Amino acid sequence: MPNNHKLAVIGHAQPKIESMQKVTGETQYADDLFLPRMVYGKILRSVYPHARIIGIDTARAEALPGVLAVITGKDLPIKFGIMPSSQDEEALCVDRVRFVGDPVAGVAAIDEETAERALDLIEVEYEPLAPIMSIREGLDPTLPQIHEYADQHNVHKFVSLEFGDMEAGFKAADHIREDIFFYEGDTHLPMEEHSCVGHYSADGKLTLYSSTQTPHYVHRALEKTLEMPRGHIRVIASPVGGGFGGKTDPFSHEIVACKLSMLIGRPVKITLTREEVFYTHRGRHPVLMWVKSGFKRDGQITALHFKTALDGGGYGSYGIASTYYTGALQTVTYKIPAYKFEGLRVFTNKPPCGPKRGHGTPQPRFGLEVHLDKIAHDLGLDPAEMRRKYVVDDATKTVNHLTITTCGLRQCIDEVTKASGWKQKTADHRQPTAVSGQKLALSAVEGSAVKHGLGIACGSYLSGAGLPIYWNDLPHSGVIVKVDRGGGVAVFCGSTDIGQGSDSLLAYIAAEEFGLKPKDIKVITADTDLTPVDLGSYSSRVTVMTGNACIQATRQVKEKILQATAEKLLVPAESLSMRDGMVICEDDENRQLSFVDAVNLAEKKFGTLSGTGSYKPPKRAGPFKGSGVGPSPSYSYSACVASVSVDTETGVVTVDKLWLAHDGGRAINPLLVIGQTEGSAYMGFGEAMMEESAFRKNMHKIPSMLEYKSPTTLDTPEIEAILVETIDPEGPYGAKEAGQGPLLPVPPAIANAVFDAVGVRIDEVPITPDKVLKALEEKSKGKEPRFGPKDFPNITWPEPIKVEPPENAPKLVQ
Amino acid sequence: MKQIIHLKVNGQDYEVYVAVNKTLLEVLREDLNLTGTKHGCELGECGTCTVLIDGEPVLSCLALPIELQGREITTIEGLAEGANPHPLQTAFAELGAAQCGYCTPGMLLSSKALLDQHPHPSRDEIKHALSGNLCRCTGYTKIYEAVEKASKT
Repeated sequence: MPNNHKLAVIGHAQPKIESMQKVTGETQYADDLFLPRMVYGKILRSVYPHARIIGIDTARAEALPGVLAVITGKDLPIKFGIMPSSQDEEALCVDRVRFVGDPVAGVAAIDEETAERALDLIEVEYEPLAPIMSIREGLDPTLPQIHEYADQHNVHKFVSLEFGDMEAGFKAADHIREDIFFYEGDTHLPMEEHSCVGHYSADGKLTLYSSTQTPHYVHRALEKTLEMPRGHIRVIASPVGGGFGGKTDPFSHEIVACKLSMLIGRPVKITLTREEVFYTHRGRHPVLMWVKSGFKRDGQITALHFKTALDGGGYGSYGIASTYYTGALQTVTYKIPAYKFEGLRVFTNKPPCGPKRGHGTPQPRFGLEVHLDKIAHDLGLDPAEMRRKYVVDDATKTVNHLTITTCGLRQCIDEVTKASGWKQKTADHRQPTAVSGQKLALSAVEGSAVKHGLGIACGSYLSGAGLPIYWNDLPHSGVIVKVDRGGGVAVFCGSTDIGQGSDSLLAYIAAEEFGLKPKDIKVITADTDLTPVDLGSYSSRVTVMTGNACIQATRQVKEKILQATAEKLLVPAESLSMRDGMVICEDDENRQLSFVDAVNLAEKKFGTLSGTGSYKPPKRAGPFKGSGVGPSPSYSYSACVASVSVDTETGVVTVDKLWLAHDGGRAINPLLVIGQTEGSAYMGFGEAMMEESAFRKNMHKIPSMLEYKSPTTLDTPEIEAILVETIDPEGPYGAKEAGQGPLLPVPPAIANAVFDAVGVRIDEVPITPDKVLKALEEKSKGKEPRFGPKDFPNITWPEPIKVEPPENAPKLVQ
Repeated sequence: MKQIIHLKVNGQDYEVYVAVNKTLLEVLREDLNLTGTKHGCELGECGTCTVLIDGEPVLSCLALPIELQGREITTIEGLAEGANPHPLQTAFAELGAAQCGYCTPGMLLSSKALLDQHPHPSRDEIKHALSGNLCRCTGYTKIYEAVEKASKT
């Protein structure tokens, strides 16, 4: 790869290619589409968390003037779901509802008001069943079973894996510590409510425009549920007004809009209300965690045992992957020679949980990083230094067979500790203590009710899942580049821009390779008729996978252009480079052609100019069942320092500042990588401090934006984002991911800072004032200064799959 | 009940025949094809649908057109002067203040109302002016920077 200083586009901060359309209101999101003869669809949803459907009478709704069609589960009986092993959803429930908000009937009418009135006229007879509303109830075999296909009653999935010699690890430990944590569920809350338009046209072909992150998977779900050849269906992802993982499943409303359109022969739009978005959910799983580790006096971990229990909600969604993810990435930050993971996911009668930014990894990362902070405190060690010392090495494997290519974590720690003045500020607070778990850090200013503290935590995330969602051996990302005789360059790719800038990425790469400006590149994406498959915007996969495919496609065309130019200029093709809109001989700059002239020569010689690129991640899954979740071309690294003020009278925690350093490999556009880092800091802050999907009396307590607290400008702390650029061999120009990883260290850094400030542990998020006050009260009574779950359920786990660690994994140091 | 209503939007006069309970948001998007105004909740909670009425930011999902006859309504489509973007628009684009872009029209109009009254606001004044506009992508930082940049042009 060329050196940084030679790159004209890559590595330079610049606006996204579509930014002017976004600031002028020109960008058309799905709900901005108004097709000729378009009508409106609405969905009737269950008012019971768990019930049998005895009967549905739609006669009165059908008779209402302006109603064009009414459908129920019998019209769409084929099940679907994002994971092949969890095909458990129905576009409209056939005989059972599993949460308040589960879709039951669909209506198409001439306007939304008529459609809504029609919903009121549909009569559904339910037979209520006992609802299962918590992890503990999900483990109770006496309660009704939500799905018949679960591993064990309402346990959707059990995972049990063991790597390396756990017994030897604990034996070698100087100390052993156990902790229990809870991470409350929360939701994506994209500003755009999901919307789609289904259009079955007179030629018998179907088009769906949808605010989706994964048009390819929606395409497959439509083929299955509508029993129509995929080639007759076109899915176009509209610009997505915020995703964060919330628009990565195929959804009921997409299938219903298409079905209604097929029945009435007119385009049908369905836009969810904000309340419906809360029910559609697929947000962060609530996770109860138990962690036990053995460690040396200097903080080195000798063995780690982690258990998780996930509250999955009513359907499978990505849940099996989520369950594995709560155990997969504990090993990629620090050297761990022996690791055991036991996890399970229960079905409950709540909106289904799925992937939210960080997918299944922020919860265990919170548990692990707070656990490590406690260890550091027990040992009287600097928590930053203790982590720093045992960061994984480049070009090694973890005990659970994940491949580390590059790791910039140590540098991330250095950057945030330096920027925050960590050493000076924390030196006064800490006093070495014996292992007791009772010694408290003191940062109190005598006499003031407001105490200040600093906390640190780290994290890591994958740059794209190593395996696709459904088994296949095909490319994960495809790119076609077309160059025409007018000098126009068009890049076609199925990738889906959700605001992160993936369309711009394609333009940057094509511009870099052809020596043009991003503005010269036309990008056509996320349209299953026009673009080659890309699996979608999830698992932080797009930059690495699409980027590599795009380089391959552009270089295929570039080679032809250089060859034709070389013949014309009578110079070797190797001496030519493309820059500033020209093809130039680097040995004799007088020999050059404009890009357009060179393209014409190439077209004359080779015919129509196009190139294709395909990317498949390296095959690195370990030799065991379940090894498919976790592998990735590379891992990003992040470290965060949080500065907080805690009011000991009110329990209110104010986060004053977050320093967040992120190793996302080479920053293809530093402006966007910083934007992702700042956005992650904000979202992690929201999860740590206020966001929660809470339920009361079997109902979603807060399905509105007013009640679901998310940070405003007045809440959000000052954020200082710092980029650490390792040049990763797997990434395009050395890039790794940036969209999800930086969120991970934020909640534990804040929890650790609260402890530093007032000496109490809040072992669950969100960290609300009531919890802080309760912990302070415990402390004042001389009890354990902590708020958090007291125990982890007693579970009979399956025998673990025992796996030998790979050759170059961290070894136990006696 | 439908009624003829006269509205002045972005300097242009419109006559619409709409149900009296239709919100300004709905009329702008559905009757005037001004889809630049977005919606996030239709309940006055998120600020996404912000427009200006006589220069003041107003949530169009809670405003009724029948009460706005004779007032100056400005939407995102009216922020640029012809093909020349407003300095706020340029700054938002250049500094990455629009990620998914969905809250951006509302953010821009709230920012314009601020700059019209306080051409050189402090960071705190910007935070207060935008406290009713939620953004899930940016963490707000780039938005502050863009407003500050625009205030200097």
